[in-house]
Amino acid sequence: MDTFVQQLINGLTIGSIYALIALGYTMVYGILRLINFAHGDIYMVGAYAGFMLAVALGFASEPSAFGFVVTLVGAMAIAGVIGMAIERFAYRPVRKYSKMTTLITAIGMSLLIEYLFVFFFSGTPRSFPQLLPNENITLFGNATISTSQILIFVVSILLMVLLQYIIFKTKIGKAMRAVSFNINSAKLMGINTDFVIAFTFALGSALAAAAGVLTAQYNPKIEPLMGIMTGLKAFVAAVLGGIGNVPGAVLGGLLIGAAETLVVGYGGYIGIPSTYRDAVAFAILILVLLIRPAGLLGSNVQEKV
Amino acid sequence: MTRVLLTIGLLTSIFCSFACVQKGGNATTGNTGDTIKVGVYADLTGQTSSFGQSTKNGVELAVEEINAAGGVNGKKIELIVEDDQGRPEQAKTVVSKLISQDKVQAIIGEVASTNSLAAAPVAQDAKIPMITPSSTNPKVTEVGDYISRVCFIDPFQGSVMAKFAANTLKAKTAAILGDVNSDYSKGLTQFFEEEFTRLGGKIVAKEAYTQSDPDFKGQLTKIRNLNPDVIYVPGYYGQVGIIAKQARELGMNMPLMGGDGWDSPELWKLGGDALKNTYISNHYSAENPAPEIQNFVKAYTAKFGVSPDSLAALAYDAAKVLADAIKRAGGTDSVKLKDAINATKNFAGVTGSITLDAQRNAVKPAVVLELDPAAGKFKFKETIAPEGAATSTTAAANTNASGANVANTSATNMNATAVSNANATTNSNTATTNATR
Repeated sequence: MDTFVQQLINGLTIGSIYALIALGYTMVYGILRLINFAHGDIYMVGAYAGFMLAVALGFASEPSAFGFVVTLVGAMAIAGVIGMAIERFAYRPVRKYSKMTTLITAIGMSLLIEYLFVFFFSGTPRSFPQLLPNENITLFGNATISTSQILIFVVSILLMVLLQYIIFKTKIGKAMRAVSFNINSAKLMGINTDFVIAFTFALGSALAAAAGVLTAQYNPKIEPLMGIMTGLKAFVAAVLGGIGNVPGAVLGGLLIGAAETLVVGYGGYIGIPSTYRDAVAFAILILVLLIRPAGLLGSNVQEKV
Repeated sequence: MTRVLLTIGLLTSIFCSFACVQKGGNATTGNTGDTIKVGVYADLTGQTSSFGQSTKNGVELAVEEINAAGGVNGKKIELIVEDDQGRPEQAKTVVSKLISQDKVQAIIGEVASTNSLAAAPVAQDAKIPMITPSSTNPKVTEVGDYISRVCFIDPFQGSVMAKFAANTLKAKTAAILGDVNSDYSKGLTQFFEEEFTRLGGKIVAKEAYTQSDPDFKGQLTKIRNLNPDVIYVPGYYGQVGIIAKQARELGMNMPLMGGDGWDSPELWKLGGDALKNTYISNHYSAENPAPEIQNFVKAYTAKFGVSPDSLAALAYDAAKVLADAIKRAGGTDSVKLKDAINATKNFAGVTGSITLDAQRNAVKPAVVLELDPAAGKFKFKETIAPEGAATSTTAAANTNASGANVANTSATNMNATAVSNANATTNSNTATTNATR
């Protein structure tokens, strides 16, 4: 029992990270019908931004809650600005062409970010400083949870609540929902769609950066290609939950994280070795596409082709 | 429409995960007729770039010394260094470039066995001798007679840690957590398991991870339930530090063991205090007081500002072995050079005396080092020498029990059938080693 709880905690930790990143995929898709493949790399950019802030401001040497908050918020702000810049200079100029053009631009953007970082920071893994003291708390029996895991849960829940508030209780959130519903009507109603789209990118990128900094507290190795696999899994999470659906992204993220870890922990009993961890996410993606393309929480809208 | 877009998404994601970017290398100097061109390919910017940087530094130091002493047969050695970013396909590309474009006469590289295995057939087909300083998977030199190495191989390295676990740590059960995409890790897993089982131990779990795994707690939690006496983690430094950390977070305080892939200055930052109670097998110890080793350590530290890890030492030896072979071959005729390299015998390198056997593998002892995270240092623990071909288990056990012999790394009998513990009478390293208990 305690082992199962332990595996569940491990899985939900990773799942929360996937959920934070999946939110960015799903919001951008909801508004532009664009799969922003560079989003996984923003997660990496966020981790690096946090790394550099923490080192430059001297938080690396003396861990403190203040240092952590400044690093987290700073990294989110930097990534938000970079996300907006990417939208402004890479996606907006090609937005008037077919969706395929933007999609391919996104892939190019992803590779560009990855290899710019390899070029400037080299591919060698770096160690993210521990910003808060890490301790283990025994729940019962053998089941333990570390403070870095609790941190991931608490901060991601706070951010998700904040996001929900922004989307449903603020004017800009209302505008986002309007653009998502129908971009042309929204424009006719006097909504500055360019601003709303830029804001959406900033919001999604900030969440991804938060995921980057939180992961780095749990697994301090950061390197320029860390966003590829994590980003793809978050994308799968967004599809599983129903792409374009915000609560769906959170549900999808937690499910993927849990599924992955449970396969590692118990897959052996049904003949699946632990190395199939990555395959699980993609098997889920294929199943979702075959059985329920709209995802778990997505509404099945018939589109005219 | 959604379905179409998402299907495209799926295909793209598959593409992205395999995508790679080609990047040109950097030739250090221009083309001159009176030099011997030696190509070096290493991971200078990838996931294991600390290995590549050390290798490059080691070779550079050796070549600088050789050229300062007048070169080989009156010719200076010219190095052409290429970056393969730690990717097997890139390793193949840059080695092709070194051979066809730069016309190198010999090649030194790579560290990771997977990369050496990708590039070795290119060198073999072009009949250009390639010496790998530190690829330990046996398959590397099986590619052909132009491929050789100056390090020991995984059957030995894996068995060293199995012996250490069974004899010194008195472990009865062990779990293995390996890197599924690495030939190096797979080889070590196999040979550790064979030897540990032969010595009467039991492997209770064999788990695996990939280098991109975001965490390892899933595998570790599974291992925790089986409560093994030791965990063998034959991986590379980028992952093993985190594995140690997460294992300790889960309350798993048993000894962790690894191989030479752990040897990197980055390891201390990634693993921190979690690296207490861990042991690795390695090629040499920088603490060895033998003068030739200390001279090397001094020269290297003066030039690069860091203490040389074993990869730097092996690269240094590889370059020296190559220069020695060129001298004996009287030039760089590829057949003669290959034969000269393969005939290397009792070459005194900093990683021990190097003799290539019929399979072009160096036969030499390994050292077991204990990690000391407080000082950020590997402390010498014991030397384990290779067994002779026809050795029986009992013979090994007997020699061991009598506390016998085989001195330290630099002067070891190649065919010794012994496991020598670091104790005051047998090892000159004891000043530093006994404190490590």
